[in-house]
Amino acid sequence: MKEQILFSIDTPYRQPLPVKGWLFGNESQKSLAIVGALRGNEVQQMFICSRLIQRLKQLEDRIRPDAGILIVPCANQFSMNVGKRFWAADNTDINRMFPGYNEGETTQRIADRIFRAVQGFSYGIQLATIYLPGLCTPNVRIMHTGYEEPLEGLDFGLPYVAIRDPQPYDTTTLNYNWQIWNTHAFSLYASAKEEVSEESAEQMVNSILHFMACKGMLDVDIQPLCEHPRVFRESSLKNILNSCGGLMLKRRKLGEHVCAGDVLAEIMDPMEGSLLEALTAPCDGVVFYYHGANLIAGHEVACRILRDDSV
Amino acid sequence: MISNIIEVPLAVGESLTIPRNRIGSGDKRLCIVTGTHGDELEGQYVAWKLASILHQNADHLHGIVDIYPAMNPLGICTMSRGMPLVDLDMNRLFPGNPNGNMSEYITSRIVEDIAGADCCIDIHASNIFLREIPQVRINVNTADTLVPLAKYLNMDFVWVHAAATVLESTLAHSLNSLNTPTLVVEMGIGMRTTTEYGDRLVVGILALMAHLGMWDLPVSPVSPPIVSSDGSVSFINAPCAGMFFPTSHHTSYVEAGQQIGVVADPLTGETCAVLKSPVTGLLFTLREYPVVYEGSLIARILGGS
Ligand SMILES: [Zn+2]
Repeated sequence: MKEQILFSIDTPYRQPLPVKGWLFGNESQKSLAIVGALRGNEVQQMFICSRLIQRLKQLEDRIRPDAGILIVPCANQFSMNVGKRFWAADNTDINRMFPGYNEGETTQRIADRIFRAVQGFSYGIQLATIYLPGLCTPNVRIMHTGYEEPLEGLDFGLPYVAIRDPQPYDTTTLNYNWQIWNTHAFSLYASAKEEVSEESAEQMVNSILHFMACKGMLDVDIQPLCEHPRVFRESSLKNILNSCGGLMLKRRKLGEHVCAGDVLAEIMDPMEGSLLEALTAPCDGVVFYYHGANLIAGHEVACRILRDDSV
Repeated sequence: MISNIIEVPLAVGESLTIPRNRIGSGDKRLCIVTGTHGDELEGQYVAWKLASILHQNADHLHGIVDIYPAMNPLGICTMSRGMPLVDLDMNRLFPGNPNGNMSEYITSRIVEDIAGADCCIDIHASNIFLREIPQVRINVNTADTLVPLAKYLNMDFVWVHAAATVLESTLAHSLNSLNTPTLVVEMGIGMRTTTEYGDRLVVGILALMAHLGMWDLPVSPVSPPIVSSDGSVSFINAPCAGMFFPTSHHTSYVEAGQQIGVVADPLTGETCAVLKSPVTGLLFTLREYPVVYEGSLIARILGGS
C-alpha cells in the first residue's frame, strides 16, 4: 500500500488542499480506480473508501500480482470541512465538470486533475449520490452510452443494476467520461449520504471486493449480498408524487416489497397535525427511493417504486 | 393582468408562485423573462421600467407583452443563485418534466407558458464575481434566426458561441428548439443593478417591439453591436490563489501586454502574479470579486484573431 498526493490546490487563507490516493498491488497496472466523495456532503461515500482501504490492507497478500488499484476517498475536503455540498468558493459541482479543462475555471481544473489520475484504468467505480434529495436502495448504475457492459454490473452482487439513459448533464459526470475514454464505469449508490451507516459501508465494501474477485484482481471468497441481482432500466421506475406540502412520515422501508394500495407515506399538516394526504403504491413492487427530509413541498418525488414487472 | 403561472405548496404554510404580468392584447406576443438565477437582479430594473412605460402608453402597444420578473422567486428572496431546497442551477433543468420532481415540474410549466411567443428575451446579470458589458449570447446553431433580432436590443456585443451538450438544459435552448426565438442577454453584475445598462435594454426592447409591429411610438436609434464568435474572445484566468486587484477599467480598450491587474497576498505584501492582456481589444468582462483561486476567471477581451 502506498499513500500519495495526486495534486494539491492552493487557497488564500486556508491550508493547501491535497487530493490523496491510496495505491494497492502492482503500481504499474491500472486495473481499478475507485472515487469517493466529490461533493462535500458525501460523508458515507468517503467512509466506504476508508473501510475499503482498511480491508485491502488486511488482504494485501491476496491481491494478484497483475492487479493495481487506486482509491481516492475524497476530492473535496475544501467543501466538506465547511459543511457545503458544492465547491464552496463558487457553488459549482465537480461532478458536472468532467472530463475537465486545465486552462479553465477552478473546478474544471480540479476535474481535469482527478480525471488524469483515474483515467486509463480498466475499471472505474464511483461511490455516487443521486441529485434528488433522498436515498435509494443499494444499487449499481451503469450509463447507457453504447460502450457499456451491463452484465458486468452483476459482479457486484448488489440486488439491483440500473441502466440509465444519459441526460444532457450526465455528459459532464465522471461515470460518463470514464466510459467514453474506455474505462468500464460503475456508479455505486449506498443507502446513506451525510450520516454514516456502518452496515451500508460493510455492504458496499463487500460488493467491491466481490467485484474484484470476479475480475481476477483479488483472491478471496466473498459471499454476494444477492445471488440473483435484477437488471432494469432506470426510466421504468414509477415516481410517486405528492400534491400537498407538509411533514412526511414514511410508512415502509427502503428495499421493502409493497403491494398495490399499500400506504407508502403520509403527509401531515406540519403545525396542526391532521392527515393531508396518504400516498399509496400504484402497483406491486419494491420501494426503491424515499425523499430524505422530513419536510416536503408539493409535487415532489416522495417515493419511487420498482415495479415487479418492469425490465 | 397579473396572474401566477404556477402555484406549488411548500412544506410549511406557503406556496411558491411564479408571477406574470400580461400587458396588452392581440396576436403578437413578446416574453420578458428574468430572475432564473436568484442572485442576478439587473433584469428587475428592466422589468419595472418596461411595465411602467407600457402601462402609460397602452394605446401604442399592439400585442401582448408578458413580463416574468421572478422565475426563481425563492432564490431571489433568499439571495441564492440556484433553486433553494435542491440547490441546483435552474437554468440546467429545462425543459423539465410535468411528471418529475418539483423543480422539473416548475421548469416544464415555464416552457409551456412561453412556448409559441413571437420572441422571448431572457435577461441575466453575469454572476456575483464578474462584470459584463451589455451583450447577447447566441448558440451558433440558432445564429441565422437570432442575430438579426439581437441587433435591435441596443447591446454592445453579440457573442455567437459554440454549442455544448450541457447548454441543452437551458431555457433558451428549450424554447429555441420549440421554434420560439429566445435571446439571452447578459449584462452588469450579480447582486447589483446598473441602471444605465437597464435603460439601454429598455430602449432595445422597444426597438425590437417596433420591428415586430408591436409598438408604434418613435424609438431612440440603437447603435449596431459588434457581432463576434468564440475565436475573437481571449480569457485570462488566475494562475494562483490570492486577492485580485484590477488596474484596467471595465469596458476600456486594452493593448496586448497591458496590465489588467494583479493577484496579491495581503498577508505578506507580495504580488503573486501580474496579469496582462494577451491581445489588443475590448475588456468586456472584468472580475469584481477579489478572492480568487487558481483558475478563477479574471477577464475576457474581445479582439485578436
Ligand atoms: Zn444567469
